Amino acid sequence: MTPNLLYVIVVGVLFATGVSLLLERSLTRIVMGVILLGNGANLLILLGGKAGGAPIVGATPDAEMSDPLPQIMILTAIVITLGMTAFLLALAYRSWALTGHDEVQDDVEDRRIMRLAEQDEGPGTDDTEAGAPR
Amino acid sequence: MTFLVPLPVVMPLIGAALTLMMAGKPRAQRTVSLTVLTGTLLVSIALLVLSTMDGPLVVAVGGWVAPLGIVLVADQLAALMLVVSSAVTVCVLVYSIGQGMADGNEETPLSIYHPTYLILTAGVTNAFLAGDLFNLYVGFEILLVASYVLLTLGGTENRIRAGTTYVVVSLVSSLIFLTAIGLVYAATGTLNLAQLVGRLDALPDSLRLMLQGMLLLAFGIKAAVFPLSAWLPDSYPTAPAPVTAVFAGLLTKIGVYAIIRTETLLFPGGRAANLLMVAALLTMVIGILGAVAQSDIKRLLSFTLISHIGYLLFGVGLSTRLGLASAIFYVVHHITIQTTLFLTAGLIERRGGSTGLERLGGLARLSPLLAGLFFVPALNLAGIPPFSGFIGKIGLLQAGADDGGPLAWSLVAGGVLTSLLTLYAIARVWNLAFWRGPNPALPEASRALLPRLMVAPTLALVVLGVGLTVVAGPLFDISDQAAGYLLERSGYVHAVFPEGP
Repeated sequence: MTPNLLYVIVVGVLFATGVSLLLERSLTRIVMGVILLGNGANLLILLGGKAGGAPIVGATPDAEMSDPLPQIMILTAIVITLGMTAFLLALAYRSWALTGHDEVQDDVEDRRIMRLAEQDEGPGTDDTEAGAPR
Repeated sequence: MTFLVPLPVVMPLIGAALTLMMAGKPRAQRTVSLTVLTGTLLVSIALLVLSTMDGPLVVAVGGWVAPLGIVLVADQLAALMLVVSSAVTVCVLVYSIGQGMADGNEETPLSIYHPTYLILTAGVTNAFLAGDLFNLYVGFEILLVASYVLLTLGGTENRIRAGTTYVVVSLVSSLIFLTAIGLVYAATGTLNLAQLVGRLDALPDSLRLMLQGMLLLAFGIKAAVFPLSAWLPDSYPTAPAPVTAVFAGLLTKIGVYAIIRTETLLFPGGRAANLLMVAALLTMVIGILGAVAQSDIKRLLSFTLISHIGYLLFGVGLSTRLGLASAIFYVVHHITIQTTLFLTAGLIERRGGSTGLERLGGLARLSPLLAGLFFVPALNLAGIPPFSGFIGKIGLLQAGADDGGPLAWSLVAGGVLTSLLTLYAIARVWNLAFWRGPNPALPEASRALLPRLMVAPTLALVVLGVGLTVVAGPLFDISDQAAGYLLERSGYVHAVFPEGP
């Protein structure tokens, strides 16, 4: 297919909105971002192939056939994205059921180590009196 | 003998289907998965022998010949990775069976564990054997989906929190990879690796660099290369010990494998060499500094895992024959050792009741066997002679010195420093958890005896790690042959297209 400007713009918009949603803290919005990004990627793959009639011998002359490979790849990618979306939604639901919100949290242990480092109390050294768990 | 090539992918998939049907019959599930994985190991060994003797084995799946059909290619590198990874998966499976039996949940097991584990294996083997970019993507997705499930097993709060980060980061890397695939296809009209060799070379330089950058970005996230590594130390340690072990051993190495494959085959000539070398240096040094700051064994090991990915990139970045050969040798060593250490960490948790260094103590007296199981692979990781870690590192340092550039020399220095800091981090674990007396301020550690089925596979991996030293000569020969073959490129193309693409 000759790169149609409209398609190119749509791909760009899907990627841009997808990325900005991905940067949110709430998992539900991240899921939306993943869906948009996935669709953007699929459309991009479609842009790579040749457009034309149905790729069936007899129905279309060889030279006018469309390229079926991108469509096969998109089909696979759609299935994968669908599964991933379902899994992410399940994660978001589980997180909501456990904690009452679906915010993606920071690395807890890293925070603790940073706090210790600020107080100049690194993790236990070679002495035998490393205290009780902090 | 080419009928052997698809078996490492097909057998685990069939096994997964069978074990899924046997939900609720744990004994049958165990038998099937053990049989299947042992079979995979045997087939992989056969593939390694065959590909070493008569060159790569190629299968066109379903009889559809390349470039239209999907090809599976078992060259020496792929076969070598298959052998190591299936050896590791068998050992970890036995360990997890032992753990399941010892925990007494034999009556109410997680019936999805075995099918998911087998699917993970199928994804790993598929990624190694893939002969085109899209099949590589599918392999990645299969193993990632299985890993999402394994990481969030049970759905406790901690695992959900860590799993969310892991899933989102992996998804982003998959989407980048998918986009790169779309662009490669649009630019060249093919995704077959062997056919891409000629067609990518014909592209304008800037376009090639862009494609190379996107692929490197996608694989870099999967391989946990700094600065794309922040997701790893948070997500891995929350999973059950066998799951962490198999993740640590295999998942990041598949990213490295993909980097080796694409850099040598599709983008030779080292245009990204400087980038790779800088990334390698930062990964090594910053990773190990992270390990030094940790006070939990599992997290500490996760950071050493990141750090030692740097050594692999170092070899790939040099893109000389010795550098690549050492990197391949080091991959084999590192898969074995890192898995062993995570399994040992699981044993420590069992015996000492925790993996926090502040809570542990006196383990050497409590269980000399456990101390040995930790001590040997730990020294191996730090690269103390005569262990295989030392041999791999010497190869890399030699290759760096041969290169002679300022960047290569700083990498050599960084590699030595990282090695010393690894030794320091490991020595801290040894002193605090094993060597000092029992911690009186803390409640009595659990005196649970270690189940034999958990010790045996760990011991087997320790022995395998030591055995790598014994067979270092032949193994290095194989790595060297594989590296030469990778650098040559025409062998791969010829194997897929005997009559030319």
